Formats: sequence, C-alpha cells, structure tokens
Amino acid sequence: MYDSGKIIPGIILFVGLFTFPLWSNLGKAAPAPKPELPKTEKVCVMDAAFMKTEHMVLLNDWRDKVVREANRVWVGPDGKEYQMSLQNSCMQCHASKTKFCDQCHNYAGVKPYCWECHLEPKENM
Amino acid sequence: MNASRSIIFSLVAVGILVCLPLIGVAAGMTSFFGVIVPYLAVALFFIGVVARVVRWARSPVPFRIPTTCGQQKSFNWIKPDKLDNPWDNKGVVLRMILEVLLFRSLFRNSRMEFYEGPKIRYASAKWLWLGAIVFHYSFLVVLLRHLRFFSEPVSSLVHLLEGVDGFLEVGAPRLYISGLALLAGVAFLFLRRVTIPQLKYISLPSDYFPLFLIFAIAATGVLMRYIYKVDIVSVKELTMGLATFHPVVPEGIGSLFYIHLFLVSVLFAYFPFSKLVHMAGVFLSPTRNLPNNSRMVRHINPWNYPVKVHTYEEYEDEFREKMIEAGLPVEKKE
Repeated sequence: MYDSGKIIPGIILFVGLFTFPLWSNLGKAAPAPKPELPKTEKVCVMDAAFMKTEHMVLLNDWRDKVVREANRVWVGPDGKEYQMSLQNSCMQCHASKTKFCDQCHNYAGVKPYCWECHLEPKENM
Repeated sequence: MNASRSIIFSLVAVGILVCLPLIGVAAGMTSFFGVIVPYLAVALFFIGVVARVVRWARSPVPFRIPTTCGQQKSFNWIKPDKLDNPWDNKGVVLRMILEVLLFRSLFRNSRMEFYEGPKIRYASAKWLWLGAIVFHYSFLVVLLRHLRFFSEPVSSLVHLLEGVDGFLEVGAPRLYISGLALLAGVAFLFLRRVTIPQLKYISLPSDYFPLFLIFAIAATGVLMRYIYKVDIVSVKELTMGLATFHPVVPEGIGSLFYIHLFLVSVLFAYFPFSKLVHMAGVFLSPTRNLPNNSRMVRHINPWNYPVKVHTYEEYEDEFREKMIEAGLPVEKKE
C-alpha cells in the first residue's frame, strides 16, 4: 500500500466519525419513556393510537381554529363537544407537562413550540 | 441499455425494493427487516468502503498528474497560481477543501453550444453545480438530523440544526426545508439526465438507480413525517436498540418505517460497489490531491526494472584496439 501515512489515519477518521452513534451511547440505551396517564379519565378526544401519532396535527388544527376563526368548540368523532384549549382541555387531565408531554418529547428529541406562547405550568420537580 | 430501458429497469428495481419489506412485514418478518438487514448493510458499508480505499491505495501513482488550471510556479517574477497549480502540500490541502466542500471543479463546468452561423460558443453552466450543492448539503442535514434517533440525550447541535432547518415554523410537526430541498435536488439531477440528449445517451442504470433509490428514501421519510405518521417513540426504541447492540423490535411500527429502513439499508450496502463511493474517492483523486512539483522533485517509477547498461567507456575498453586499427577517434589511447 502506498501513502499509508495518509490512508490509515484517513480510514480511522472515517470509521470513527461514521460509527459515532455506536460508540457515543457506550452500549447503553436509555429506557423508553413512560408518560403518566390521567387517573380520572379513560378516553381522550380521539383514540390512543391516533393521539400517539397525530396529536400535533390536532393541536395545530385547534390553534388555527381558535386563533384565526375564533371558534372554541370542537366536536369529536363520537359527537361529544369539547372546548379547544390546551390549558383548559388537554391539561385538565394531563396536568403535568414534565410527567406527560416532556417524557416522549425529550426521548424523541422534539422541541414543540407550544410553550413559546402558552405559559408553562409551574411544577416543583 | 438505452435510456428508456435503463430508467424502467431502475424504476422496477426500486419498486421491488419497496415491495419486499411491505410483504415481509405483513408476513411478520419485522426482526429480519428491523435488525438483521440494517446490521448486514452497515457491516457491508464499512468493509466495502475500507476495502475500496485500500485497493485504491495499492495502485502506485508514480507521476504527478494534477489538472492544472493556472500558472505554474517558476521564476520569482512570474506570479504562480497557488490554488489552481499548487506546488506544496499547503496549496493542495486548500484546493482539496474547496473541492470537497464547495465542489469547485463543478463550478468551472462549461457548455458548448451552436448558435446562428453556425458558430460555436462556450458558456458557463452553473446549474449542475447548484443542483449538486443543494442535493449534497440537504442530504447531509437530513443525515445529521437523524442523529436524534441514535443518541439519548440528543445533542444540542442536532437541536440547533433542527431549529435552523425548521425556522419557517409551518405546521406541526414543523416543516423541514432540507427534506424538500433533497427531493428537489434529486428531481433536478434526474431531469437533467433525461432532458439533455448527450447526457441521456451516456446514462446507465447505475446512474438512475441511486437517484430513484434516494428519491424513494426521501419520499418515504417525508411521508412518514407529515402524512402517514408512525409511532416515533417505538421507532427510537428500535434505532437505539440497534445503536447499542441490544436490538429490540417494538410492536406496531407502521410498515412505511420498514420500507424507509430497508431502502436506507440497501443504499448503505450498495454504496461501496457503486458510483456513490466517490464520497471516499474524492479524497484519492490524483488529479486533485497531488502537488504539481514535477520540476522540483524527481519522481521515480516504482516498477522500473533494473536496466542493464553498457556505457561508452566500457564499449571503448572492449573495442579500443580495433578502433585504433580502423583509425576511429578514441578518448583514451591506452
């Protein structure tokens, strides 16, 4: 092999950089998050599978309806009426941001911009 | 293969690659497509790229063959072009950095065209450079953003990148510019191949296939993020399992994710055996990484065999008497 003085450091640099996900965790995966579910209510405005993947779309939709159309009432698929409000609907049941929202958001590295306008609930953790 | 057959062949190949995990996951082969295939693909990627580089490094480059586009260094009163005709390592490193990061030689791309007369005219052609920059950098940003699936806690640099990428704050989940730019870049590189006749003529399945594959990867990723969402927490459990060598396959991840993962695995496995390995090759291109010092340093061909020489002195020693007899001039009389 020619120029091994440049080739070998180059290969080491390549392998080192590209295996970053493998060595940066030191072989330990953080445990999967367990968001605390409300004890009082059993059902959300939509079913759990939908809420898991689509809640941000729903919230964004609610935001547009409330802020742009001044419409506060949302009718669920079961015909029940809900007030479209983060603080007065969602957080009535999911009272703790740190124990519910942040659990998955931190794990998945998501930083939603809800709290740029809404006040974060004060929690003593 | 002609152009349309190449395109159809590549399309069918990518189509089959999309269908395989779709069928496999429906048949319950989630651990095969979620664990075994990604591991095999990544192993093949590393072994393949390193083997390629070693193979390249085994071929001697006895002579300086840099492409020179400027004045060579000579007399002190002639201004040399440090970047386009580098004569030392410093110049070469600078040239390589500009080449790798800014695609400088693509920027120099020109096109020849006929116009009324017919006369020939050369014009600069920057579209390929722009398309390549958009494609490569958006791909890099997309790749780095995916680090959020492979580290816990997620690095603040990744968050910074996400913030810049999603600064438009359109919708939720936030729209990332890089995803659309990547799709646009691939689409441009494909359209360029089919609309320019000369380029269409020289394009092969190995040109179309990676474009379609990357398009499919970007498209499944974008679909998964904005339209047919998958449970991202389960996805991260799977990817973290892969990264920490404790593979787990959570239940109920949508099959779109497995398609995306399988296509990415195919890209990784295909990488070292295709044109894509220019990622490593760009650093080993002798037309770029050599200083042009042929007139300062003597470069000897390493495979020169020892040549048997018969010098004039030896010749004269052998034939001196006969030369003197014949009246030929000799250098030494005795």
